[in-house]
Amino acid sequence: MARIVVVTSGKGGVGKTTTSAAFASGLALRGHRTVVIDFDVGLRNLDLVLGCERRVVYDVVNVIHGEARLQQALIRDKHCENLYVLPTSQTRDKDALTQEGVAAIMEELKQDFDYIVCDSPAGIERGALMALYHADEAIVVTNPEVSSVRDSDRILGIIAARSRRAEAGQEPVKEHLLLTRYAPKRVQGGEMLSIDDVQELLRIPLLGVIPESESVLQASNQGIPAIHMKGTDVAAAYEDVVARFLGEDRPLRFTQPEKTGFFKRLFGG
Amino acid sequence: MSLLDYFLGTRKKTASVAKERLQLILAHERAADAPDFLPALQAELLAVIAKYIPVDQDKIKVTMERRGDYEVLELNILFPDQH
Repeated sequence: MARIVVVTSGKGGVGKTTTSAAFASGLALRGHRTVVIDFDVGLRNLDLVLGCERRVVYDVVNVIHGEARLQQALIRDKHCENLYVLPTSQTRDKDALTQEGVAAIMEELKQDFDYIVCDSPAGIERGALMALYHADEAIVVTNPEVSSVRDSDRILGIIAARSRRAEAGQEPVKEHLLLTRYAPKRVQGGEMLSIDDVQELLRIPLLGVIPESESVLQASNQGIPAIHMKGTDVAAAYEDVVARFLGEDRPLRFTQPEKTGFFKRLFGG
Repeated sequence: MSLLDYFLGTRKKTASVAKERLQLILAHERAADAPDFLPALQAELLAVIAKYIPVDQDKIKVTMERRGDYEVLELNILFPDQH
């Protein structure tokens, strides 16, 4: 039976889609049959980050309307064979996703896959609620910055109250904190919230820390999930995240500033 | 931030300002999201207690808050002075 994982945050631009693509790819690289679904109706972007934008024929709304079968809409990832992508629709109809339609798709996907990763849109509107509704686990992507932390707290409240598990009175959704765009040097200088600060504020277990890095833009420019950027901190950090999610014990990396020389430390720089 | 800045104390640590502001606003917003059965619970508790002890409507307070992994239901009743 598949586990359903939502990647969410409340705030936009914190790295949900980057994380969805990297995390789903990481699960697939570990041999798990994985599907990643874009829930951002009207603002399709997961396809670009995964580099499959020119292969989109049918989307999730076509499947809900019965215009295509699920198998026709699923796109096989070109980087790893165990990964499939279900693109969202570019329609401007905000009611395009129906509760029943999404539920039917989830049921069908559960038969074929080990993990279903749901890439949530920003905000707390319909698309975001649909993305988190079926979740067994939630990865809350947060930047060490005031508005992102506040919005993460807000989305945690919504997960606790409005998910299927909450409505059915089942065991609550398992929550994970993923801190992204982390700049250890700025944390050391007292100008950025630390890992401990954010954990103390949000009170959920830490899944990992992704350092701020130029590689993320380099990856999305080319349509390659960041976890495939061999030799970069970001790829290694995402590999750790996947390993921890699967139950391995991995120490945090890239959370301390690189060593700087004496004069640089004295005069700043 | 350089060591010179540190000794001269020229820059304020904005991260700690951010943390304090977040602690306040998150506590406030979590309280606003408290379960909506609280007013009803408060009214019913008051009715039961008033059957045995005379208490004022405004001398009973029911709050719910999260402390770490626990949710704590706090019931605060102020009894009238003994005559």
